[in-house]
Amino acid sequence: MTYLPSAFIPRDGLSAFLARALASRSFIAGFIVTALIALMALVSFFWTPDDVTKLVVGDRMLAPSAAHWFGTDHFGRDVLSMIMVGSRNSIAVALVAVGIGMGLGVPLGCLAAARGGWLDDFVMRFNDVVFAFPALLSAVMITAVFGPGAVNAIIAIGIFNIPVFARVARAGALAIWPREFILAARAAGKGKTRITLEHVLPNIATLLLVQGTIQFALGILAEAGLSYVGLGAQPPMPSWGRMLFDAQTRMMVAPTQALFPGLAIMITVLGLNLLGDGVSDALDPKLRRRR
Amino acid sequence: MSLLAIENLSLSIDETPILKAVDLSIEPGEVLGLVGESGSGKSMTALAVMRLLPDAAKARGSIRFDGTDLLKADEAAMCRLRGDDIGMVFQEPMTALNPVKTIGEQVAEGIRWHAGASRAEAEQRAARMLDRVGLPSQKFPLSRYPHQLSGGQRQRVVIAIACALKPKLLIADEPTTALDVVLQAQILELLRELVAESRMGLLLISHDLAVVTEMSDRIAVMRGGEILETGETAKTLSAQVHPYTRQLALASMHVPAGRRISSSLEGKVPPKAAEGIAEGWRGAGKTTPESGFESWRTAARTASGPSGHLPFEGGEDVTPLLSVENLRKDYPGARISLFSKQKPFCAVDDVSFTLAPGRSTALVGRSGCGKSTLARLVLALERPSGGTIRLEGEEITGKSEAELLPARRAVQIVFQDPYGSFDPRHRVERLVAEPLGLLRPAPDRAARRELVAEALHQVGMKPDDMQKYPHEFSGGQRQRLSIARAIITRPKLVVADEAVSALDVSIRAQILDLFSELNRTLGVAYLFITHDLTVARAITDEVLVMHEGRIVERGQTAAVLDHPRSEAARALVAAAPDLRRAIATKMREQG
Amino acid sequence: MIAYLAQRLLVAAATLLAASLVVFAMLEVIPGDPARLMLGMNATPDALEALRNEMGLNDPLPVRYLDWVAGMAALDFGRSYTYSVPVIDLIVERIVVSLPLALISLALSVVIAIPAGAFAAQRRGRAGDALSMGAAQLGVAIPNFWFALLLIYLFAVWLRLVPAGGFPGWSAGIWPALKALLLPAVALALPQAAILARVTRSALIETLGEDYVRTARAKGLPFGTVLWRHALRNALIPVLTIVGLQFSFLLAGTIIIENVFYLPGLGRLVFQAITQRDLIVVEGVVMLLVATVVAVNFLVDISYAVVDPRLRAR
Repeated sequence: MTYLPSAFIPRDGLSAFLARALASRSFIAGFIVTALIALMALVSFFWTPDDVTKLVVGDRMLAPSAAHWFGTDHFGRDVLSMIMVGSRNSIAVALVAVGIGMGLGVPLGCLAAARGGWLDDFVMRFNDVVFAFPALLSAVMITAVFGPGAVNAIIAIGIFNIPVFARVARAGALAIWPREFILAARAAGKGKTRITLEHVLPNIATLLLVQGTIQFALGILAEAGLSYVGLGAQPPMPSWGRMLFDAQTRMMVAPTQALFPGLAIMITVLGLNLLGDGVSDALDPKLRRRR
Repeated sequence: MSLLAIENLSLSIDETPILKAVDLSIEPGEVLGLVGESGSGKSMTALAVMRLLPDAAKARGSIRFDGTDLLKADEAAMCRLRGDDIGMVFQEPMTALNPVKTIGEQVAEGIRWHAGASRAEAEQRAARMLDRVGLPSQKFPLSRYPHQLSGGQRQRVVIAIACALKPKLLIADEPTTALDVVLQAQILELLRELVAESRMGLLLISHDLAVVTEMSDRIAVMRGGEILETGETAKTLSAQVHPYTRQLALASMHVPAGRRISSSLEGKVPPKAAEGIAEGWRGAGKTTPESGFESWRTAARTASGPSGHLPFEGGEDVTPLLSVENLRKDYPGARISLFSKQKPFCAVDDVSFTLAPGRSTALVGRSGCGKSTLARLVLALERPSGGTIRLEGEEITGKSEAELLPARRAVQIVFQDPYGSFDPRHRVERLVAEPLGLLRPAPDRAARRELVAEALHQVGMKPDDMQKYPHEFSGGQRQRLSIARAIITRPKLVVADEAVSALDVSIRAQILDLFSELNRTLGVAYLFITHDLTVARAITDEVLVMHEGRIVERGQTAAVLDHPRSEAARALVAAAPDLRRAIATKMREQG
Repeated sequence: MIAYLAQRLLVAAATLLAASLVVFAMLEVIPGDPARLMLGMNATPDALEALRNEMGLNDPLPVRYLDWVAGMAALDFGRSYTYSVPVIDLIVERIVVSLPLALISLALSVVIAIPAGAFAAQRRGRAGDALSMGAAQLGVAIPNFWFALLLIYLFAVWLRLVPAGGFPGWSAGIWPALKALLLPAVALALPQAAILARVTRSALIETLGEDYVRTARAKGLPFGTVLWRHALRNALIPVLTIVGLQFSFLLAGTIIIENVFYLPGLGRLVFQAITQRDLIVVEGVVMLLVATVVAVNFLVDISYAVVDPRLRAR
């Protein structure tokens, strides 16, 4: 989803932008949820309620209780602990994939906008080709070639992110280039690279940030999908998608097992989307007032 | 009974008062001109009559139209009135029409809605109406889309929509502001005829006192949400009882003080301020002992010395500052099919002229005549398709960016839009200092700051303003900042692209003064690109008239504007609104 | 118009060509010998060599690529290594499940999303807006396969209204087959509808701020009429873009959803082929899906021209 709001450059400075962001309920809610999920992932490195590598056959598929808040799985592992540890995997995959997409896509998009001509055509055609592969399909193909695993999932999702960021960066940069302050910079003798770094990038940064949160959220969903079909992180590494797959086969017996990993995914994605909404609200107060 | 009687109308949006106790009335067949500067509440008054205000707006008072109080009417009743008894014409013809519907559909829609006419009948009436506004269906069939029409033609469609049902009241909010003067004259004439034909009342809103004076029977002057004065146009403007009315009229005809003295005296005035700056600069120079730009500084000062305002012929024997020969710029045509393109569009066609140092030249012409393209070519922001541009004898066409450095230092630009010409993310210091990268050797931090402070001082801003962001300034202040940025490298030529067009008249007068003062103190030459002949007359020595990519006339400003020889120049002069002339005409009409 | 469409068609063809190169190159680097896969571990070297020659595996790369592409153009995708039947037969058998599923979901998401988005835009800032957009916010965040699990639990396990999975085949009658596709289609469509509704709403709100909307209001048309007659058609342009992009997500989604519901569709076929290293099947299905995405995006390009007269002029 790469929908570009028409007015994405705040007319005033960063502080006013922040003030508006803090006045946005979406931003606050999204920020809190995202921060809590990140905290959960960090805490899981030092402490979890239970050891996720410990298999207790006697405690298999327990319903939620005081000892196991979210119950246990078919190996007797504590579901809450697995969700905590699984969050690392989700976040890491999605974050690195966004990094790949931004790192390659943004320079590509900026270059296309600055140079125009055949280079622009080439970048856009490259985008078309990547977009022609249904997102997950490219992941399936990559994992088919290189084998399943978290790293290949990252690459697969990351590749799909490249054209998304290239497109957003290009569209944003194209909206900046004809502005008069760019002409002024050119009259001041600045070259295209300097103008891109000094004027274009700072002005499309927030736009990229919004897209970043969207792709982050989509990355979490994609990673969950891949591990659900067995192409993501491999057991015994806990992952939210894999937990849902395991829960599905036992849904008649222990329906709550399918509940918590799904909720974890949903809340994380919801938080990120709210955060992105908050940022775009703060970017375009005109749009916000009309809501 | 008045057609429209606004009494004690107050309006606030989110607790901010917008209108304060506005009283206005319009009789059937009368033209009321509502004049004021931006933010005075003119448009809000119009939207209040239409009841198309933003949701957050709260209105009090009464607006009686034909006996009913519009503020108390429900939405259904308003829908019956809008477009039927009250029509409205907006400022921006390029966006006022729905791009995905034909002009026939858009004109017929209101007719079908209000008159309950059948599709065929409504289309017939729409065709008649379009014919009336000057778009006969043989040439402009109903199936045209807005993008197939020019700005002036689109405004005619908007007028056809507004007048399709012969409303009793027509509201025109800056109907010609987005059009060039020739189109403006045509559209105003059309409005005048339509109003006279069916005895409509017309509420004409404009920031342009000359336009309002020409058109209206009575005039209302507005400022800060209040009506300051209303009365018969001729009487109000000749008496100028209210000081603001007087200020507005004076600002509209403003000529900077220095330019009113005969030009021969001016060269003798010692450029005091320039000395002061030079002092300041030497102070800064100490921090950078290696001061290669002492030389360009001196060069700039010597250039500013004797140049002053040479008489027109006298300019020929000095080396021209800028000389343009057979300049041409083609843009490739749009692709019309896979294998063919439209033939290239020639924006600048075989243009030659020279500019003398220190003189100020206007480049006037209708919109789309190629003025702005010519400016960009002179600024080396675009490459010409042919011809040469020489700056002080040195050719600049086809040079690399590094070789262009001295030329860029010598030619700077001031843009029209005081909002779009600054990167909103940088502070004033960084923005104004941007061209300093052109100096060799580049000044260090302290020197830069010194230079920025000087430039700010020269344009009448304070050194404290350095740490602020552009959004913290008003439009006029930003235009000052824009000028500061342009003069910081001590250029010999500043290209001003419609630099005062977006400003209110009183601010415009101040900025014109500033331009004129900098011309005297720094000896900088100007190329003033403008569609406004009043501005050209106020500030320039010489004028170039451009038409369809060519320079069709050239000469002393007063001579050309008083006795235009070419057809294009005559059309421009005839169409340009002129306050003095308008008042004189009104005086005769209204006694 | 012709020039515009010709240009878009050219882009579509170039995209398809580039994609075929990518697919071919990618699967070419995979280790493994199809001939050995088909004949098993005990095959004699002579037999292997004979089969390789017959399958053209010994030809140089460019020749093999051209053969493959030319074959696909004639709907000949080669023979499956594991089943020894033409790949096209396998695809036809499965596409009758996947294609209806994708189309039903797409239709469902559009039919839900556009009215919902318009409804919210019309009531912006009011309870109806907040409620529908809150629901959309949740819908965007739900992973579709988890949503599918919840639907199965609710409608199949608990209420027993529909089967929990499997597909009776169209031969069992249209109604039972549709019934089997109903839950998967809903699971796929709702999250997509949520995204689309949000886009529709914001595009509409942006359009409602345009000058021509004010012109239409000044004609005396009520707000609702202006929204449906003037704003919606303009707002459709960004909405169409998203519909085009979404189709790709829908196809990807079917791959997973088919696994959730045990539907014998293309997605399942791909997974089986990957585990059996039946690469020629993978190649064929992937190219088919890519071609579908390209075709749908071409349709979107055409619909731009239908909506926007400015494009028709080109």
